[in-house]
Amino acid sequence: MTQESPVLENSGSSPAKLGSFKFDLRKHGGLLALVILLVFNALVTPNFLQPQTLFVNISQVATIAIVAIGMTMVIATGGIDLSVGAVMALAGALAPLIFLSPFGVEYPILGLIAAFTLPLFAAAFCGLFNGVLVSVLNVQPIIATLILFISGRGIAQVLTNGNLQTFSNDAFSYLGTGKILGLPFQGWLTLLLALIAFWFVRRTLFGRYLLAIGGNKRAALLSGVPVRPVTILAYVICSVLAGVAGMIVVAINSASDAARNGNLMELDAIAAAVVGGALLQGGKAPIFGAILGAIIIQLVKYTLLANGVEDEVALIAKAAIIVLAVWLQQARKE
Amino acid sequence: MLDDSAFDLRKYLNNNGQSAGVWIALVALIIFGLLRYDNFGSAYNIVSFLNYNSMFILIAIGMCFVIMTGGIDLSVGSVAAFTSVCAAYLSPFGIEVALPGGVLAGAVIGGINAFVIIVMRVPPFIATLATMLGAKGGALVISGAQTISVDWSSNFTKFGMEKAFGILPWTIVATLVVFFIAWIVLERTPLGRSVLAIGGSEEASTLMGLKVNRAKAFVYIFSGACAGLAGVFLASSYGAGQPLEGIGWELSAIASVVVGGTLLTGGLGSIPATLAGALLLGLVFNILNFENGKGTISLSAYWQLVIRGGFLFVVILLQTRVIRKRQAVS
Repeated sequence: MTQESPVLENSGSSPAKLGSFKFDLRKHGGLLALVILLVFNALVTPNFLQPQTLFVNISQVATIAIVAIGMTMVIATGGIDLSVGAVMALAGALAPLIFLSPFGVEYPILGLIAAFTLPLFAAAFCGLFNGVLVSVLNVQPIIATLILFISGRGIAQVLTNGNLQTFSNDAFSYLGTGKILGLPFQGWLTLLLALIAFWFVRRTLFGRYLLAIGGNKRAALLSGVPVRPVTILAYVICSVLAGVAGMIVVAINSASDAARNGNLMELDAIAAAVVGGALLQGGKAPIFGAILGAIIIQLVKYTLLANGVEDEVALIAKAAIIVLAVWLQQARKE
Repeated sequence: MLDDSAFDLRKYLNNNGQSAGVWIALVALIIFGLLRYDNFGSAYNIVSFLNYNSMFILIAIGMCFVIMTGGIDLSVGSVAAFTSVCAAYLSPFGIEVALPGGVLAGAVIGGINAFVIIVMRVPPFIATLATMLGAKGGALVISGAQTISVDWSSNFTKFGMEKAFGILPWTIVATLVVFFIAWIVLERTPLGRSVLAIGGSEEASTLMGLKVNRAKAFVYIFSGACAGLAGVFLASSYGAGQPLEGIGWELSAIASVVVGGTLLTGGLGSIPATLAGALLLGLVFNILNFENGKGTISLSAYWQLVIRGGFLFVVILLQTRVIRKRQAVS
């Protein structure tokens, strides 16, 4: 693993010869896929070039993108977080429980503040759980996060007794239905979170440590990087972002459904991160790559749906995309 | 050479140390159940317990092989759901067609896993996560997202509901056969040794000239076939192909394997201990059901998921201690 980084740098500087732009499928595959998807949709999908389409896609891509940002940070440490979908369900179930509770009804303002913050604390706790298992107890990330992948959703279902919770709360619903400058609020929120994450990864000590751990954990440890706290923080950030996404989904629907909220989100998020250029071995954290990946995943979904392809077939298509993206990435590494 | 064998012996003892723990826990739980509940030892409870858990034992055995190579198979639950639908469609032709058909369908998906992992070099959890999705999609597509009722006039449901020679249900007999084959393959064949060697160190195994790719292909195809057979059981025992079943099965299988002392990092494992692990996990649920029946606790079905996760958590904590101890020794 120690020999990977020089190889990567070489492959990055090889194109552009004889004045012509040498296209590298592995490096620019994501952008190419985006262009193909856009052109295909413009030609085939009815009403694609309408503001409404943009609107719908932005409001739906936001949750994938927000989770993918966190996933990218976890993947940068060489880990993985399978529990994001379950954490979404948990945070999403908690928020309405809080503002619909007697306390929340009696003190609407306090209840609303609690409904925005407590679910995020719960999510952070999930991240802490994952992070401690991974970095302190040295459990493999897949196994460690598999625990909450299953039981996190179970806890959400126990809390809501498996019921669909519907509500009408304009202030909370703003998270999913509000608009700024005519575009969905969650789109702006995603942009803001991405900028913060980008700054965090590129300009802070935490970011350097994060990439160092993923590049070579042992070397990082020996050179004095606080491996455990940084790894735990990466999982906490990932879970909190998943919590935000879970609350957005609930706000969009004005209802929380613990069985469906965030279902299979871990796959979307991993796919977005990998399509965006995150290396599963760690050491890279392309935040805006993850956003690009999320847009591609969303467009694929939209394309299939808008052209009448069944949901079930779309699942198979998504599976193929994930394998293809990782395969291309492996090839780039070698 | 001498040093190597000494190290193996220590590994073996350590391994047996933990599997002894599983067996003790299993016996303790059975005694607890027998003393506390009237019908716990009844033939009905024992048979229905084994019948239900035979599916989990099967996928745990398949998973054990995969984990011993240092890999993981997250697709088992979806594969079982997919093959239960396949078997339900094949049920008019009788069990002699539906059973091989279901197993074959599972093996094919296992083959896809093997191809993606070995040839395309995609990490096992990504590859099997993708087939988990693909198999689920496949199950929903071929079933039209409906439960597929089996043909009750053929002998298909007899397999899941009747007893072989009036003693044990056919599903349990079939599970025992798979169990013994797996045990012999692991402990007595070159293939089994290769599987363990790969988990110990894939690079060293390649350098030693072991057929690494062949062994890896075997474990994923075998795991797929086991999940396929579990799907046949599902359709045959409950009379329907169920495209939405299988959620969380991979977790049960992984927990069973790990509680049996198999290291998640590979290189060490035991088939009998995996069986004990699967029985232990099943028994926990059986006892919870009895407690529910007694009215001392009232747990909704949603608790199942929480308990499965909690069980895995406890097991991992225990294993971490074992590994620490082992590291301290060496």
